[in-house]
Amino acid sequence: MTPAQAIVAKELRSAYTSPIIYVVAAVFLLIFGLLSFMYVQAAGIRAIQLIQMQGGAAKINLNDLVFRPIFYFSGFWILPALLPILTMRVFAEERKLRTFELLMTSPVGINHIVAGKFASVFLIYLGMLGLTGIVPVVLAMFNNFDWAPVLTGYLGLLLMGALFLAVGVLASAVTEHQIIAVLVSYGLLILVLLLGVIGSVLGDTPVGNTISYLSFIEHYDRLVRGLVDTKDLVYYACGILFMLFLTHRVVESQRWK
Amino acid sequence: MIDVQHITKRYGDRTAIERVTFSVNKGEVLAFLGPNGAGKTTTMRILTCFMPATEGTATVDGFDCTGQPQDVKARIGYLPETPPVYQELTVSEYLTFVGRLKGMKAAALQQRMPHVIEQVSLGDVRHRLIANLSRGYRQRVGLAQALLHDPPVLILDEPTVGLDPKQIIEIRELIKSLAGSHTVILSTHILPEATAVCQRVVIINEGRIVAVDTPEHLSARLRRSEKISLTVKTPPPNFADRLRGIPGIVSVFAPADGGAYLVECALGRDLRDEIARFVVTNGWGLLELKTISMTLEDVFLRLTQHEEGMGEQGSSAVSQETGT
Repeated sequence: MTPAQAIVAKELRSAYTSPIIYVVAAVFLLIFGLLSFMYVQAAGIRAIQLIQMQGGAAKINLNDLVFRPIFYFSGFWILPALLPILTMRVFAEERKLRTFELLMTSPVGINHIVAGKFASVFLIYLGMLGLTGIVPVVLAMFNNFDWAPVLTGYLGLLLMGALFLAVGVLASAVTEHQIIAVLVSYGLLILVLLLGVIGSVLGDTPVGNTISYLSFIEHYDRLVRGLVDTKDLVYYACGILFMLFLTHRVVESQRWK
Repeated sequence: MIDVQHITKRYGDRTAIERVTFSVNKGEVLAFLGPNGAGKTTTMRILTCFMPATEGTATVDGFDCTGQPQDVKARIGYLPETPPVYQELTVSEYLTFVGRLKGMKAAALQQRMPHVIEQVSLGDVRHRLIANLSRGYRQRVGLAQALLHDPPVLILDEPTVGLDPKQIIEIRELIKSLAGSHTVILSTHILPEATAVCQRVVIINEGRIVAVDTPEHLSARLRRSEKISLTVKTPPPNFADRLRGIPGIVSVFAPADGGAYLVECALGRDLRDEIARFVVTNGWGLLELKTISMTLEDVFLRLTQHEEGMGEQGSSAVSQETGT
């Protein structure tokens, strides 16, 4: 077992008894479930309207009426609100409780530590996201919707989540206070979100396009609409790696203070 | 085994340790003695590669702490000031994690863990959550963590803090048993501990090393005269004056309440024989006669508090005793 795997195993063991993880997962699933319920109900009302207008069996598109709004809401609201809480403790707590000294004086590279920490929160998130799979599976029993955009939407949620987690891990590394870690992640995420807004204000100019590219909005948008483009995948991969690289530097630099 | 050359550590403009130089031989137990905030922890953190020195070099087993930190870390077991334990894990889960972190193979870990648990007597709590353990047990879990991968070098920051007297003795015995096969540096501000387990003592104060020597040499070096305590059953009225007549006796301090006389002799002369004969032949009744050796405590206090007075003949504490 490599040191990184050891860290993942330990983090998952800690998460298993951590009330915070359960609360975050419960809130995430609750909101996701509630959203699904609301949009499905809205789609049902829409279907009844269509039947009354057209008088025959109406064909309603669940991809447009249910999944796309759920993905937008989850990606732009639920994830930024909840994931920083999932990551706040990863480094901050180690430093507060002085267990950081154990990690830093063990023959383990900092890249292993960062990778282990990130992988563990990612796996927890993967578990939470996996549980939401019940929504499309149940809906699939009643309606023939197109699975492809649902899967790309999930891919979007996965990548967005991973990016937010990487931002959260970085924020947790800069402080020993978990609350500050959460607030720093919120700050960073809002900043990146604003880049998208500024980019769209500037419009289709070279500067505007560049700034838009830096924000996750348009990349996520394409995935939710069912488009898998290499440049979006590259964006997420680079974003995650860059955040983890910064985390590595921050952890390393703390030795020099 | 451990060689520290002129290391300096500055935090901003505050200097934590300055030009600290010492070395530890293989198999030796060295105590780091000093008041709180003297730089003991800082020195240990540099040796364990937790942080680099601002200046100077430190090597462990020939590996440089700045250049080859992984090699150094692999050879060191470190118990920090606060035991680095995860409260949500049980003792055995925690030790398993530490073993993996130190790169131990599963088989080696399986074999080693019961032995270490036995060494620090954690057997009866191994399946309990660390959160529910008392301070003493947590300290021992921290110690187990440092011993787990059987490192040749152990660096223990105040290993007996928070333990009860019986446990302290057990841990000291454990450290003594490690001497020879392991090189140990431990920090403490409890002086008997240093005398009990260490071959050499480094006294550090305000970031500088003020003395490095064996506990015996240290007290001998700072002793400026041989002092003898003497109790006599029926001393004559001018006993003190008559004692001064013995050649070699520098001063005699007579007690006001009829207790022990304090006799100070010239350095390097043991006059107990003469004094005994003098008292006995006169029939005054010799009750007690013993040399007073300076304890490490006195040395420590003198080195850390009366530095400026070191060259003078006797510090305030001693002149008070002799009453001259």
